[in-house]
Amino acid sequence: MAAPRTLFDKIWAGHLVDELDDGVYLLYIDRHLLHEVLSPQAFEGLRMEGRRVRRTNATLAVADHNVPTSDRDKGIEDPESRLQVETLSLNCKEFGVPLFDMLDARQGIVHVIGPEQGFTLPGVTLVCCDSHTATHGAFGALAFGIGTSEGEHVLATQTLRAHRPANMRVLVDDPLPFGCTAKDLILAVIGQIGTAGGTGHVIEYCGRAIRDLSMEGRMTVSNMTIEAGARAGLIAPDEKTFAYLKGRPMAPSGAAWDKAVAYWKTLPSDEGAVYDREVRIDVARIVPQVTWGTSPEDVVPITGVVPDPKDAPSEAKGKAMKRSLDYMGLAPGTPMTDIEVDNVFIGSCTNSRIEDLRAAAAVAKGRKVPAHVRAMVSPGSTIIKHQAEKEGLDRIFREAGFEWREAGCSMCLGMNPDRVPPGKRCASTSNRNFEGRQGRDSRTHLVSPAMAAAAAVTGRLTDVRDLMS
Amino acid sequence: MEKFTKITGIAAPMNMINIDTDQIIPKLHLRTIKRTGLGKVVFEELRFNTDGSEKPEFILNQEPYRKAQIIVAGDNFGCGSSREHAPWALLDFGIRCVISTSFADIFYNNCFKNGILPVTVSKKDLDALMADASDREHPELTVDLEKQEITRPNGPKVKFKVDEFRRECLLKGLDDIGLTMQKSAKIDAFEAKQRQDQPWLYR
Repeated sequence: MAAPRTLFDKIWAGHLVDELDDGVYLLYIDRHLLHEVLSPQAFEGLRMEGRRVRRTNATLAVADHNVPTSDRDKGIEDPESRLQVETLSLNCKEFGVPLFDMLDARQGIVHVIGPEQGFTLPGVTLVCCDSHTATHGAFGALAFGIGTSEGEHVLATQTLRAHRPANMRVLVDDPLPFGCTAKDLILAVIGQIGTAGGTGHVIEYCGRAIRDLSMEGRMTVSNMTIEAGARAGLIAPDEKTFAYLKGRPMAPSGAAWDKAVAYWKTLPSDEGAVYDREVRIDVARIVPQVTWGTSPEDVVPITGVVPDPKDAPSEAKGKAMKRSLDYMGLAPGTPMTDIEVDNVFIGSCTNSRIEDLRAAAAVAKGRKVPAHVRAMVSPGSTIIKHQAEKEGLDRIFREAGFEWREAGCSMCLGMNPDRVPPGKRCASTSNRNFEGRQGRDSRTHLVSPAMAAAAAVTGRLTDVRDLMS
Repeated sequence: MEKFTKITGIAAPMNMINIDTDQIIPKLHLRTIKRTGLGKVVFEELRFNTDGSEKPEFILNQEPYRKAQIIVAGDNFGCGSSREHAPWALLDFGIRCVISTSFADIFYNNCFKNGILPVTVSKKDLDALMADASDREHPELTVDLEKQEITRPNGPKVKFKVDEFRRECLLKGLDDIGLTMQKSAKIDAFEAKQRQDQPWLYR
């Protein structure tokens, strides 16, 4: 009998075109997503060498990073942003790549629309010039971010040169406690293993807490895998996965659907399969999580305090902590719930799906955002926006004083006009709290959608459990 | 791609961990559609005040490090976004080599596509090289990819290891797309078989 294999082993072995050198392979890529920011130089490279896109129908492009989230009919004001979005359109036309442009009804954040359209499927290899490509791992796809030169390689050859990564199992067995979400789970994971904890590895998330999550929640977990240093974060496909995909425009249908599901059911890791590394994360007693510093590993429970660099595990980390505290304008020992916020952002490829908006709306309902706080909701896609409007979520947000915006990457990184002003503090459902991430000298606290809504209506970081009935 | 065999140059000490790609090149500069011209804004927020004046405390604003070709940095260099603008900006500034105890995976790969050599060394070696770089009188290191060793102004050489395949490509400055395209028969065969086994992948 063949040796038991992991989900990753199966996908990897199923996509090897050639072995180039010891441990270096030519890996076939089934699906390639593109956005306007990290693709122009790849198309330029093809043009200069007279190369074409090998499989246009395995490729899908969307404008998401630079697009404004209001007054779209007026176009893009910033000339550089506009040029980049126009360049994407021209490149897609010239090379025959399908594109959802800014005004397309299917437009949205690249990592939201891939699954939404059924472009993302279990068992595939999927790449995008974007580190949050890890998101698609929630479907049991081997999905990871690549650089622009690698993107050019995929466009031209539908393959990638790849070193075989190590395989790591992250086991989260306990059910999530009251008030905690997928975001709290993944923040707890990153807090425990660190931002370089998964470097060189592909993670597979297993255990009851993962099984219990909806597809939206699983995408949140897989999405932030890169914040733990691992390029891909897989979750075995199951009935929830199939139910989510069934009937999506680009998913198989009819007899092909049945055949695909039969194949997808063979993908989960075999009993006794061996991982290079195993980590068990205890979430039984976690409370909602929040970051205090400028690295996603700077995580504390909302009931905790700003840590003291004196307690750092190493000199280098202590130094980094001091720098972070200085940047964040925080003093050690401050209770997290004493920290006031100026901005709240609900959106990004991490937390902008319908379930996220429902959770935030449930907290916002009947409450008011104080006048000095600017709170914004940017749905992950135009389809999600319409769904939310059908459910009346937009009205709840608007009545509470939130701005209800169009879909895009928005204030997660502020390439469009949505930015946190210098020195201002933002509770954000996004994925990175790096220096300058949401705008120069902006200060970010990463939280779940419900926690963000709680911060919005109280004007400070708040334990959302206190607002939940 | 420019090949990398051996360089001798000024090494700038950046004694910080987790230097992320947002710090190396802030997002507003990702709006370019070119690979060149980013050197003037590399490390922009660490390097310049909002009015455009230099921050004198930043290492690359100090002599002799304005002409640095090598960066010696703390753990987990290049974490975060996949933006290849990070190596493009470093290269455009004149950086050909980064030395650290560890690198984020995507950044590490991106370096090799752009003629930059990322060198991973032990904590002990990094401390020694950081001290070398911090000596303003003699901050020069020689990084030899052929021999996989770093020659220091004083003190023993530091050995390092780069996997054979990446080393070969960088030494020769190979166009890997051209090489892969020579394997098109194998790619064709893979697709033919996959189309049969998993027809739903071919819309």
